[in-house]
Amino acid sequence: MRGKPLRLLLLLITLLLALGIAGCGGDDDEAEPSDTGAATEEDGEAASGGTLVFAGAADPVALDGALVSDGESLRVIQQIFETLVALEPGGTEPVPGLAESWEPNEDGTEWTFQIRPDVTFHDGDPLTAEAVCANFDRWYNFKGPLQNPSASYYWQVAFGGFATQDNPDAPAESLYESCEATDELTAVINLTKPSATFIPALAQGSFGIASPAALTEFEADAGTVDADGVFQPEGTFGTEHPIGTGPFKFESWTRGDSLTIVRNDDYWGEKALLDSVIFRPIADNAARLQALQAGDIQGYDLVEPQDIETIAADSNLQVIDRPPFNVAYVGFNVGTPPLDDIAVRQAIAYGLDRQSVVDNFYAGRAEVAHQFMPPEVEGYADSVTEYEFDPERSKQILQDAGYTLPVKLDFWYPTDVSRPYMPDPKRNFEAFAASLNESGFEVVPHSAPWSPDYLGQANEGKLPVFLLGWTGDYGDADNFVGTFFQTPGAQFGTIKAPNQEVHDLLAAAEAETDQATRVGMYQEANQLISDWLPGVPYAHSSPALAFAANVQGFQPSPTTNESFATVSITE
Amino acid sequence: MLKFVVRRLVLLIPILLGLSILVFLWIRALPGSPADALLGERATAEQRAAIENQYGLNEPLHEQYFRYFQQTFIDRDFGNSVTSRRAITDEFRERLPATIELAVGAMLFSIIFGVPLGFLAAKKYGSFFDHGSLVASLIGISIPVFFLAIILKYIFAVRLGWLPSVGRQDVLIAAEHPTNFYVLDAIITLNWEAFVDAIKHLILPAIALGTIPLAVITRITRASVLDVQNEDYVRTARAKGVSPAGVDRRHILRNALLPISTIIGLQTGLLLSGAVLTETVFAWPGLGTWLVDAIAARNYPVLQGGILFIAIIFVFVNLIVDVSYAFINPRIRYS
Repeated sequence: MRGKPLRLLLLLITLLLALGIAGCGGDDDEAEPSDTGAATEEDGEAASGGTLVFAGAADPVALDGALVSDGESLRVIQQIFETLVALEPGGTEPVPGLAESWEPNEDGTEWTFQIRPDVTFHDGDPLTAEAVCANFDRWYNFKGPLQNPSASYYWQVAFGGFATQDNPDAPAESLYESCEATDELTAVINLTKPSATFIPALAQGSFGIASPAALTEFEADAGTVDADGVFQPEGTFGTEHPIGTGPFKFESWTRGDSLTIVRNDDYWGEKALLDSVIFRPIADNAARLQALQAGDIQGYDLVEPQDIETIAADSNLQVIDRPPFNVAYVGFNVGTPPLDDIAVRQAIAYGLDRQSVVDNFYAGRAEVAHQFMPPEVEGYADSVTEYEFDPERSKQILQDAGYTLPVKLDFWYPTDVSRPYMPDPKRNFEAFAASLNESGFEVVPHSAPWSPDYLGQANEGKLPVFLLGWTGDYGDADNFVGTFFQTPGAQFGTIKAPNQEVHDLLAAAEAETDQATRVGMYQEANQLISDWLPGVPYAHSSPALAFAANVQGFQPSPTTNESFATVSITE
Repeated sequence: MLKFVVRRLVLLIPILLGLSILVFLWIRALPGSPADALLGERATAEQRAAIENQYGLNEPLHEQYFRYFQQTFIDRDFGNSVTSRRAITDEFRERLPATIELAVGAMLFSIIFGVPLGFLAAKKYGSFFDHGSLVASLIGISIPVFFLAIILKYIFAVRLGWLPSVGRQDVLIAAEHPTNFYVLDAIITLNWEAFVDAIKHLILPAIALGTIPLAVITRITRASVLDVQNEDYVRTARAKGVSPAGVDRRHILRNALLPISTIIGLQTGLLLSGAVLTETVFAWPGLGTWLVDAIAARNYPVLQGGILFIAIIFVFVNLIVDVSYAFINPRIRYS
């Protein structure tokens, strides 16, 4: 009798366990479609079809390219919207997008775009030159809080300011002047000064052409300004009705959970192979990997270097590398002693063991850099002065220049940060410090938290020798060497010690409209920079994506202009 | 009783005030600002200034707090998320059900297993089972949640493929969500497939989150039952000839329940904070992932608002626990 309640409890536990196990086991068959990538063939669609579930690190902010600058938003936006200028798949060369061709006038201030005929928006409206101009005019006429860089970042990078300067912090001048639809399919964009860089810049997802009717109907620019002065959209264009011309159409979005796009069967070009793509946010790196291993997703971005070996070893999975589109460098402030002396800069360049840093701290996913831009970008010079690690030569240079060894060097690195081009700054620094100490220097280590201290001090020109890097926004040399060296700045100390030859050459290259001439100018600039040595580039790294082995046709792009239209899932 | 509840509610005011100051200062003590998080190394001095201007981050600290106070407590506007640009109250409302669902799942798991285990351990005091349960609960308390989560996922999702590794719902399942409590939604809409799916998604996170309360509840139940079963009234009941089952149920378990319910209440509050780690590992779209993302993005308004909301819930859960004592134990009367 005494054992009765015990037995009852035991029975209860057993029952619960059994229920739990039965619950798991019984659903195996039901779960299968999602596990294998769900090839649900509808309406007799041929070999194509299926659903791909892809994980990013976060939810998109909004699906209105003009108002976002984050990668997760742009990833989805690029499937729904198309730009006038596209990039060759997997590269950075501009190719026709919604514009079939474009032509500058003599002085490069007036660009005529021939718009592709027979293209319709997802709402059925035709794509016309007028629609294109409506988009440019919308961007140029952004008011108030929309002029904040957290909203219209890419417009400001590519075109500068707006019709009216409402925000004192927004750029005052604009490269953009006006857009005219001279006929049904001809749009003429007028610039305030000659520029060729805006062509590759137009390929960014932020400049996707949206249906003007939808922009108005769903009030893309309507909203209130909150107490912080931040624009709060009230319309539903960017959240429920993003209407473009792309190979996929928006279907639904449950925030924090999933965002679904489906194939656009009326697409003007090669139609998408998949029925739909579902994007889901998984912030935790380990969780993304396990979700892929478990078959809950079929692909994800931002693979951690340490996971690459695991994925590559799994026959059910594959790693896809993006071509490198970044540069890590050891920067010098050429305005402060002893770095104002070219001999010291050369000695440092010979004293940095870049190969060993790249071999040891990038999980085999990087190459040694010799120029301030990746090899994929036009304007990369065939040959520049290279500085192989040679400690004896460093010492010799220093002694010849009259220095007593060792020469003290204040060398800075950031803490609390991992960047794609610099996964482990501290260890990069330690390796560089060791190799410099062998080369006649005495490195004095300094560090600061990445943000805001380190970045702030670097950008104010307070760091003599420092580790930093850059990931490009678009595939143009101007976005790399132009950003660094076109105008004298604080970071490299060029305000105090300008290199007029380089600054002038880069400014001329930006304005040059003949592509071949431009490329030559950037190549020359890269050679000059390599001799001038305002810093030593040391790594271009390749970010990686991971997919299930049966996912085919994903073309990685250095600028992450990646389309899911060519992706398919094989059985 | 009513007086007690009112007094506790009035106490909420100083608690929230103090908390708002702490959270406000703590967030600003974090290195970095929203400007850096939004723009990264692209941030030019002008762009940073623009964003800091916008959020008033260049004003003196006390002015910032005053503005925040006025906005939050007087205008009752919790502001908008820096990253998603949406109202914090909207985002909170969307995410709260996910966290509650997870916490309830974890609590059910820990009570259903913890109370019987502790009771059995006490009844078999000194046996192998008793020692085994003590060791197991020690492991349960000391194992880090994220580690357990990764192991559980490796076994049940990656190796066996029985359960999903992330999320609340299979993305391919069609389901409606009138309440955003997915299990409840499935029942309301009579969607059996979605119900099974929601439960399957809940199992691993609930176990991962529930291990610590499970271990605590087991130990407290054991200790409490051991205490009570040697009381005079238990002996008396036995001497009167009450059946062993009756003694166990009416005299031992009922009296042992008081400390257990305290612990359950406290643990429920803690589940909210424990959920931060569990949710991140399981990509569970609740308050935990919301706050973790907000920390990464230096999303001040979300952190300030979110933590305040959670504190309010915490206080309320504790109040409910206190009130429930009176029902469980008639000897306790609040005045």
